[in-house]
Amino acid sequence: MREIGRHLLWPLAALAILLAFNALRDPAFFHLRLVEGRLTGAMIDILNQGAPVLLLALGMTLVIGTGGIDLSVGAVMAVAGAVAADLLHSGASTATALAAAVGAGLAAGLWNGSLIALVGLSPIVATLILMVAGRGIAQLVSNGEIIDIAPDAAILAIGRGTVLGLPFPVLIALGAAAALAGVARLTSLGLFIECVGGNEQASRYAGLAVRSIRLAAYALMGVLAAIAGLIDAADIAAADANNCGLYLELDSILAVVIGGAALTGGRFSIAGSLLGAIIIQTISTSILRADFGGRSVPVELNLIIKATFVLALCLVQSSEWRRWRPLRRSAAA
Amino acid sequence: MPRNASTRSRDGSRRRHASVLLLTCAAIAACVFAFASCSKKSSSDSGSESKPLVVGFSQIGAESSWRTAETKSIRDEAKKRGVDLRLYDAQQKQENQIKAINSFIAQRVDAIILAPVVETGWEPVLTQAKAAGIPVILVDRGVKVSDDSLYTTLIASDFVAEGRMAAQWLAKALNGAGNIVELQGTPGSAPASDRKKGFEEGIAPHAGLKITRSQTGEFTRAKGKEVMEAFLKAAPGQVNAVYAHNDDMALGAIQAIEEAGLKPGTDILIVSIDGVRAAFEAMVAGKLNCTVECNPLLGPAAFDAVEMVLAGETLPKNIVVQDRVFDQSTAAEVIDSREY
Repeated sequence: MREIGRHLLWPLAALAILLAFNALRDPAFFHLRLVEGRLTGAMIDILNQGAPVLLLALGMTLVIGTGGIDLSVGAVMAVAGAVAADLLHSGASTATALAAAVGAGLAAGLWNGSLIALVGLSPIVATLILMVAGRGIAQLVSNGEIIDIAPDAAILAIGRGTVLGLPFPVLIALGAAAALAGVARLTSLGLFIECVGGNEQASRYAGLAVRSIRLAAYALMGVLAAIAGLIDAADIAAADANNCGLYLELDSILAVVIGGAALTGGRFSIAGSLLGAIIIQTISTSILRADFGGRSVPVELNLIIKATFVLALCLVQSSEWRRWRPLRRSAAA
Repeated sequence: MPRNASTRSRDGSRRRHASVLLLTCAAIAACVFAFASCSKKSSSDSGSESKPLVVGFSQIGAESSWRTAETKSIRDEAKKRGVDLRLYDAQQKQENQIKAINSFIAQRVDAIILAPVVETGWEPVLTQAKAAGIPVILVDRGVKVSDDSLYTTLIASDFVAEGRMAAQWLAKALNGAGNIVELQGTPGSAPASDRKKGFEEGIAPHAGLKITRSQTGEFTRAKGKEVMEAFLKAAPGQVNAVYAHNDDMALGAIQAIEEAGLKPGTDILIVSIDGVRAAFEAMVAGKLNCTVECNPLLGPAAFDAVEMVLAGETLPKNIVVQDRVFDQSTAAEVIDSREY
């Protein structure tokens, strides 16, 4: 537990630096206002816009914990959104559309999990298949067009509804994080996942159902991706199969890495991934809000700023850096 | 245990062999089928009296409704004129387009229509097409080659002019003064940089018009909404107008404006480019003020060019597609005649 606490130190420091930068440049950053019963402000925006990546990062944490990876999550988001919007268009009820979208996500996760746990494909290859094919499936469902969702549809509440002023996506994401952290750390499930990721053979000899644990991790990932896809579709009141979730698999993997998990598996931290996702969205929102004497950040620099910040954060977290620091201290003394 | 493992791996490799065999059989079957259908087609071709024109079309992909409309226009026009169209979807990859052009050359098509995904790297394959005597017509995007005789003509909209038209409309609507925020397309893409340039040229004569914020919405509705949300919160009450490089981002911005408790189209003017159907619907609903068309219906112009060049006529190097400006005053009348 202390080990995990130390891993959270750098991400927390990074977030503090980002927020301090914004507080200095942009006094309105921390303002919260109630507009039509809805809390608004940059901090809420960060959580709201970051909710899809946050959900993906939660699932990705478990998948990476088992020593795997899932590249298909962006495509699964697109499939879920397209399925829901298409069903709503053909007159299905909200419940049917929701169930079908989540079902599609579950099926995608089970497909990935089966290829990896039962057939023995490497996770990168197995999920790459669905990353490419999934977007194709979503485009087939939507005919390559953006399917609009009627402005009064109940399903839009997933993206725009509020409870006590808090946007629904924020509640879903934070709720999922709390539930997952509880299940992972209060039961032995988290330990099992880390065992599988740490040493698969030893886990099998110890009597763990390695295949089922793997399968379950990918299945849960699929469901979370579907929910993220529904949030994205409900947010813009349309399913955009071409762009929904595009490159978000990379953002979610990044969130997990920033959160201090090992990409080789065997160690994960839900709180770390949560922080990682929030950091990524805070960088994006800070760039969008930044104003340098009436000038925005030039768009060509967006990704460079993001990459530099993330690189610096990964560097200070690396074991090489940690080994180097005491040396410097002893040299000074 | 090692023995166990080795049997498993042998099993695995046998299974893999079986699946490879299966795949090979499937591939052979597909080839035979394709060949059979090809030869059937060619025999029916030679049977007819005048051989139909054969035109190869290398399309970028189907990433947007705009591009789907372009593909449909070219396909419909080919059918109308009795042209045998061979369409290859490159799925956003230049190497697929080069492969397609090579196969068009091998098939000895009469002409090639190419919508290039990027500007550079076309020299070798276009040189081969020229050597084979096959004219190449570029649609909607240009290429950078040292010798411009490598292609016949480029049929495309003028993105700079589109940006300028959007600026002129907005300057008039704002009476020459106001704060504008810009939602740019994907950084580095030709439509994004040209539409930005054209808009800046268009507002330059009006000292009161200022672009106060400008960020990329990557041509998508979700990003357009996210950027607009950030703009509205960073400078509440200081945005008079939005200029979006495409309709999708404008539609996202409209939602952000509504969620901020403002009236899009009234409190904040919105002008965008492309002229897709959803934009016309938004104009009819009073939420979007103006869209500058970027016409994807290039089929008729493309086949006119093919027929002219095959008849030995010389064409201008650039054929500019005429784009029009639509605002709320005309939206309701023309919405039913829009094809995309």
